[in-house]
Amino acid sequence: MTAPALADFLDASIRSATPLLFAALGETVAERSGVINVGIEGTIIAGCLAGLVAASVVGPNAALVAAGIAGVAIALIFVLVAIGLAADQIITGTAITMLGLGLTGTLYRVIYGDAGAALSAPTLSSIGIPILQDIPIVGRALFRQPLPTYLAELMVPAIWWWLYRTQSGLAIRATGENPAASRASGISPRKVQTIAALFGGLCGGLAGGTLVLAQVGTFAEGMSAGRGFVAIAVVALGRWHPVGVAMAALIFGMASALQFLFQALDLDLPYQIFLALPYLLTLLALALSRGRYRAPAALGARPMARDA
Amino acid sequence: MVIPSGTHRTVNAPAPRLALDGISRQYGSVIALAAASLSVERGEVHALLGENGAGKSTLMKIVYGLEQPDGGTMRVDGVITQVRSPRDAMRQGIGMVQQHFALVDALTVAENVALGGSGSLDLRATRARIREISADAGLPIDPDARVSSLAVGAQQRVEIVKALSRDTTMLILDEPTAVLAPQEATELLAWTRRFAAGGGTVILIAHKLREVLSVADRITVLRKGRTVYTSRATDATESMLADAMLGAAGVVLPDPVAGATTARATTARTPAGTAAKTAAATAARTTGSSTARVGDVLVLSNVSITDGQGVQRVRDASVTVRSGEILGVAAVEGAGQHELLRVMAGRTAPTHGSVTLPSDVGFAPEDRHRDAIVLDATLTENVALKGAGRRQGIMHWNAFRDATRTLMHTRDVRASDEAAVMQTLSGGNQQKLVLGRELADAPAVLVVENPTRGLDIRATADVHAALRSARDQGTAVIVYSSDLDEVLALADRVIVVAAGRVREVPADRESVGRAMLVVTG
Amino acid sequence: MLRITRLVLDPLLAGVLSLVVLAALLAVSGYPVADSLSALWRGAFGSWSVIASGTVVRATPLLFAGLAVAIAFRAGVLNIGAEGQLLIGAAAATAAAMLVPPSLGLAGAVVVLLAGAVAGGVWASIAAVLRLRFGVLEVISTIMLNVIALNVTGLLVRGPLQEPTRVFPQSALIDQALRLPRLVPGTRLHLGVALAVCSALGLAWFLRYTASGFRLRMTGANAAAAASAGGIDVPRVLLTALITSGAIAGLGGAVEVSGVTYALYENLSPGYGYTAIAVALLARLNPASAIGSALVFGALEAGASAMQRDAQVPAGMVGVVEASVILVLLASEWLGGRVRVRRSLNRGGTPLAETARSAQTTA
Repeated sequence: MTAPALADFLDASIRSATPLLFAALGETVAERSGVINVGIEGTIIAGCLAGLVAASVVGPNAALVAAGIAGVAIALIFVLVAIGLAADQIITGTAITMLGLGLTGTLYRVIYGDAGAALSAPTLSSIGIPILQDIPIVGRALFRQPLPTYLAELMVPAIWWWLYRTQSGLAIRATGENPAASRASGISPRKVQTIAALFGGLCGGLAGGTLVLAQVGTFAEGMSAGRGFVAIAVVALGRWHPVGVAMAALIFGMASALQFLFQALDLDLPYQIFLALPYLLTLLALALSRGRYRAPAALGARPMARDA
Repeated sequence: MVIPSGTHRTVNAPAPRLALDGISRQYGSVIALAAASLSVERGEVHALLGENGAGKSTLMKIVYGLEQPDGGTMRVDGVITQVRSPRDAMRQGIGMVQQHFALVDALTVAENVALGGSGSLDLRATRARIREISADAGLPIDPDARVSSLAVGAQQRVEIVKALSRDTTMLILDEPTAVLAPQEATELLAWTRRFAAGGGTVILIAHKLREVLSVADRITVLRKGRTVYTSRATDATESMLADAMLGAAGVVLPDPVAGATTARATTARTPAGTAAKTAAATAARTTGSSTARVGDVLVLSNVSITDGQGVQRVRDASVTVRSGEILGVAAVEGAGQHELLRVMAGRTAPTHGSVTLPSDVGFAPEDRHRDAIVLDATLTENVALKGAGRRQGIMHWNAFRDATRTLMHTRDVRASDEAAVMQTLSGGNQQKLVLGRELADAPAVLVVENPTRGLDIRATADVHAALRSARDQGTAVIVYSSDLDEVLALADRVIVVAAGRVREVPADRESVGRAMLVVTG
Repeated sequence: MLRITRLVLDPLLAGVLSLVVLAALLAVSGYPVADSLSALWRGAFGSWSVIASGTVVRATPLLFAGLAVAIAFRAGVLNIGAEGQLLIGAAAATAAAMLVPPSLGLAGAVVVLLAGAVAGGVWASIAAVLRLRFGVLEVISTIMLNVIALNVTGLLVRGPLQEPTRVFPQSALIDQALRLPRLVPGTRLHLGVALAVCSALGLAWFLRYTASGFRLRMTGANAAAAASAGGIDVPRVLLTALITSGAIAGLGGAVEVSGVTYALYENLSPGYGYTAIAVALLARLNPASAIGSALVFGALEAGASAMQRDAQVPAGMVGVVEASVILVLLASEWLGGRVRVRRSLNRGGTPLAETARSAQTTA
């Protein structure tokens, strides 16, 4: 295996992992507060379309923000039904995903016409850090990446700080374990969960924006391709801890990038195998990581009635 | 305040720390509180009495902001106040320790105490403050311990320290001694007196008259959501309080909670001594006859139980139960009785040791809603649930409907009909149906866990009668209750579970109370 | 009486609700509401031939998948994998059709259908084993399996099952003799439709009148009580429910191949497995009601293509309508009591974690 091939592989891994990392970090915060949002997929695809549309209007950087906002908007619907009205979180999340996919598909056609030609958005180019980017093998992967990647990487310690070193993070963790205890301590579980879920939506939107603006450069119906579900698996794999989640996301990025590695090694396998690989890996990893399967105790529980 | 003689100036006495007037609260058609009032002075221990369902907890939840009243006023230090949330309550210096602790198991003591605080999170400062309060108040706790590893008594101390750390000056304790061993209970009550002596105020929700009279300054009694009695503790007697709690004077009290009937008769309306009461209760017990066959129906030999998390809950327990007797189980929360009962009921297998069981063991677990009934299903379906695991073929619903109707009749279960949904029944009726179902096939063994928790006096009496009659018909009944008095009143023999070890003790309050507490070396 | 009115009223209500939501969406996006809706109506109910060959035929895989979802949800198992199970069933059926000698005729067709059911059951059992042995949430695993199933199908139609000329990513047409016979000549109405309806009624009977069905219902309503008070082997019930669910979905896939498409290709299922969730919810998880519910969605989907063709409304709009209908139903608590799929888990306050933990303490 040559050094350039390895470097390519690592670079591709990091790029691949970025949207996943965004989505998974957001979902981590949400799940720590007790909310499982199966609708992340919907927030991601919403971010994809918003990113595309906004890019031609305000440029790629601001488009990333628009993508985040779109994610929040979708998450808001989830919050209204699953938290506000205490409906079942899984079913609501599934409906949100269907809504997101259908809505973006429809809007895409409405805006760009029936042909839906591959429109290219101005993409975010890589920002290289001088000297560091020239380090052999890992240089590009770590130090010559587009903005979203650096952003996602910075979010890892930031979220760690948030969850473990602030009052609001403590409130989030407590609510996910025992909402009644939170309430008795003067916290409003609903408020905490709403913020956490909306943050999850923001991150989902950013994930989608990254996909379009920093990677694919265009929109296609259903392009989120189940990444939202993979993110949920990544969260479980990472044990609901930001650092663990980052590791898990990286592993998945590598699985997706494996295709390049194999090509470099002149191994020609049908592409379906590579497409299926991350999902197979999820199953394997979840099965094998039995050990201390410790989800937040109140994950998925319906909010209590008459909440403050 | 000294009023010079001859002046006509009216002087206002200091306003009560808390004054509730005409508080009402309704849940749908259920009236929880109708016209409840309460007046608590600063620096006193005020007991709020009432049987289960009288409205005590609801009233206090309103004070703490966990519930909102439909009507009435609340005055704190004379000023009309709206407490809309626990946060508001805390601002008024009001704290509450609920029956079911509001602690997060997965977090440490320090994190729990810091939870809900304002400003930034500084766990080091929190830890220091915990040590300070803990030393001051004489309530030992370790700030770095994970709450899940603490015993119940320790968890309660954490709750109290947490309230104190919020500068609570009025502390509401909801049935604090329910989960404690007798000695721990005494220590806690002593603490409340110290707290009051220091200027704090304590509202103690209780239903044990003996305790209340020993520690309270003043007492208020609620019945069916109304305040029916209030006086200084020194002016009250157990029988006056019992009458107020239950209604008409001269009501027969089969329930041991308020004092055995026989005891009252023999001690002629004076605050009865512990020994006299239990002696009388024993007398009542041994008159219960057993006409059925005698023999060992349930044998545990050197049973050890390790739970799903790898913690050993029961060590080397050997128990024998004979038909036609009631075996009482006494223990503090978390001593291992939960796991032991399930092995005895045949619901789980022990990790070591052997169990000899009959094939059919009835079981009425503590958490009825989770483990015994399906709330969304009809009464008939709930009755059909028993034995569903082994059933084959077609469900003959007509037969089940008939059986359910019969059961409802014999056990006096009040519901519209057998097609009613379980959720619509009151707790007492649900429990009666569960017991009826479990006893329907005259099983050799019946295990019940806190059978009368949350039930009012009448339902409690019905349940006790059902248990005694099962015993009389030959069933071996195993009863665990966290209410020691209930265990003593029902049991023919008593075993105590303490720190996973099981032994039989003489069935009197002192022996049992002492055995429940284990001194760990 | 109540049950029959429910059977008819519920789908009607949902139908009306869907039209209202659709009209709103059309208006907001600037499409001609009246024209679009009438195109939809014509596409779904325009003539008997349209109803037979369009709506009902489309409703059939939705009914199978909806039944699969309903039976699983009733047991408290969140099978979001009907999509993948249906595809695998279709693939297995196609493979069987290639292997079974056409001379067997109807018997051969039965073998083909069985192959589909078995394959669907096996595919679902992967998720079942993962949950029971390894504590992996079936919500996640079934979705993963959907994607894997899609890729497996893709591999098959480009590999071992590809048609002889090796040009198109699809299988060869299955033999005439093995195809499901038409019920009404001149339409696409095939035997599979009757099979679906019978399955629905059979499942309804099963749930209500058999001990096994009772166990399934009680487990779904309160797994802890089912185990403790009923002595029910909960893991076994869950396993059986999930496998049965997969088998029904697989059968649906097999029926689709033997009765409609006569060949396997990648896009065989335009999201039937996901729409099936809406079908099941609308039916309040009642198998008999699923018939009406599947018809509503079948009509929507049949009408959607007509709407796209005649009024240029993107077919994706229907996906939005379906999702909105679910949300509105959830919001209105109309789905109330029956669809508390997670009720049994919520009561103890530790739903998902409990599922995993209790899975680990069984075995």
